[in-house]
Amino acid sequence: MFYREAGDIKTSYVADSQTFPIAFDRIGYLCVIAVAFGVLPFIIGPYWANAVFVPFLIYAIAAIGLNILTGYCGQVSLGTGGFMAVGAYACYKLMTGFPDLNIIFVILLAGGITAAVGTAFGLPSLRIKGFYLAVATLAAQFFLVWLFNKVPWFYNNSASGQISAPERSVFGVAVTGPNVEAWAKYLICLGFLFVLAWMARNLTRGSLGRSWMAIRDMDIAAEIIGVNPLRAKLTAFAVSSFFIGIAGALFFSVYLGAAEAGEAFGINKSFLVLFMIIIGGLGSIFGSLAGAAFLVLLPVLLKNTFVGLLGWPTDLTAHLELMVVGGLILTFLIAEPHGLAQLWRVAKEKLRLWPFPH
Amino acid sequence: MNMMSDDGWVTEDGRTIGGVMLDLKNITLRFGGVVAIKDISFNIRQGEIRAIIGPNGAGKSSMLNVISGFYRPQEGEVWFEGQKRREIQPYEVARKGIARTFQNIALFEGMSVLGNIMTGRLTHMKAGLAAQALWWGKAQKEETKNREFVEHIIDFLEIQSIRKTPVGRLPYGLKKRVELARALAAEPKLLLLDEPMAGMNVEEKEDMCRFILDVNDEFGTTIALIEHDMGVVMDLSDRVVVMDYGKKIGDGTPDEIRNNQEVIDAYLGVAHD
Repeated sequence: MFYREAGDIKTSYVADSQTFPIAFDRIGYLCVIAVAFGVLPFIIGPYWANAVFVPFLIYAIAAIGLNILTGYCGQVSLGTGGFMAVGAYACYKLMTGFPDLNIIFVILLAGGITAAVGTAFGLPSLRIKGFYLAVATLAAQFFLVWLFNKVPWFYNNSASGQISAPERSVFGVAVTGPNVEAWAKYLICLGFLFVLAWMARNLTRGSLGRSWMAIRDMDIAAEIIGVNPLRAKLTAFAVSSFFIGIAGALFFSVYLGAAEAGEAFGINKSFLVLFMIIIGGLGSIFGSLAGAAFLVLLPVLLKNTFVGLLGWPTDLTAHLELMVVGGLILTFLIAEPHGLAQLWRVAKEKLRLWPFPH
Repeated sequence: MNMMSDDGWVTEDGRTIGGVMLDLKNITLRFGGVVAIKDISFNIRQGEIRAIIGPNGAGKSSMLNVISGFYRPQEGEVWFEGQKRREIQPYEVARKGIARTFQNIALFEGMSVLGNIMTGRLTHMKAGLAAQALWWGKAQKEETKNREFVEHIIDFLEIQSIRKTPVGRLPYGLKKRVELARALAAEPKLLLLDEPMAGMNVEEKEDMCRFILDVNDEFGTTIALIEHDMGVVMDLSDRVVVMDYGKKIGDGTPDEIRNNQEVIDAYLGVAHD
């Protein structure tokens, strides 16, 4: 039967609380996973990997991270760029300091270091909320970028002030450095996103996720029913920064190859990721993915249409692209303030009853 | 009513009232120059339904906030289960077995009914971050076990049909019921209800009364409630405290309160000459 709950009776609480309660959804999800892991790596070329898939996968990780903090726990952060920089520089220092350490562990450790830094910058959240907290995290953004430019130890005293990723491999296949195949880049980012998104889903449906959401929705009531606000907020900062740190490490080592803190991890990054979760949907893992896809794919799509299809000049297209993306963001926020995830939810609810209206 | 002794007594309808569970001694609470509570002492006994009444602004909600640890009184002591309470955070009070509902509904609007009630179980959930992230072992077992308990509460309060509804969509009366469910999910020893029937119609009030009595009877939960509906208060409660302008003006059984001149004056007003 097409997209129906009827007849699909759950007989255990485990079955009832699964991520995709409707069989149709489950099959769809498995198909996407199968194509992503089983088909795309064989056909993906350098253009598609570098322009579309790798940035999408990495931004999706960062967006999930920020969504845990802002969407699930209600703590607004403008420090995403700074925390991505922490991940990137931690990754660089670990890669150069411990050349024999596997890159997977390096990236995970970079995430762990970012989690510690993020927790420290999350301490003000215990006292301040909303816009004021956003300003406090803005301080983290500017301080961290300044720090990585100012202290030569972070970029190993290189003359250009840049960090560049040496070649590292997983199972004998290079994933960082100049000689990386497109599919290897794609696959390592996909692997990280897959595992991290799954972990994010587990965390947000469990007791920790509930304590985050309780703090988000009504912090005083949450405290009175037994949520420790200190623990809830700091774990949200830690988990969020872990994700963002991993995104930063991948962004530097796999995607860019070489980076400079101010340029690659400036305030623009913080806003970009924040827009992703607002457009995608706050408090939704799917929304994080949708928002990242929207903001990564849309410019590429517009460019290809204007330049490739219509033959317009590139400079005109570049400006038009900004205007169209900006306009679409506004339209979206007015039409559906809860983002793409909400549109998706409404569509599914309608589909469930289709062809009847109610 | 049988003889009241210090160790407790048996009520007319056969419920056993035990010894003192919560003892408030000379509580004074000030906000700057405003004295919200002036030197109030009273106790709540094991198994009883205790009402706190009084005109608006008498300090009833402040009193409840003192018990739930949200306000710290400048003077006085709170004794719970024979121990003097040190200055602790509200979430620690919750862990000691005190739960409450709010005058203005304080549900988590972004979550479903089930999510809200499961949040009430948080004090019983101990799985660590890693176990939860991997949804493995303790995390999953704990989730299922607590879900089972929550389903019990859902059955009890007859809200099966709305379990997966986002609470934002519910009508007022049901929201109040969900809030009660969330408080009950914590398996509290002492349940504080701040105007559980405010804004309800007669039918909803009757339902709520039934639930309060059932909770007290079946779970043996001690209940302290603030309510303005005198009919409800006199019918439900075993003992009543009356407050006015931050002071205690009466304390006793509903019959005693009904005939207390000071209470009548506070409610009806008295001519000053």
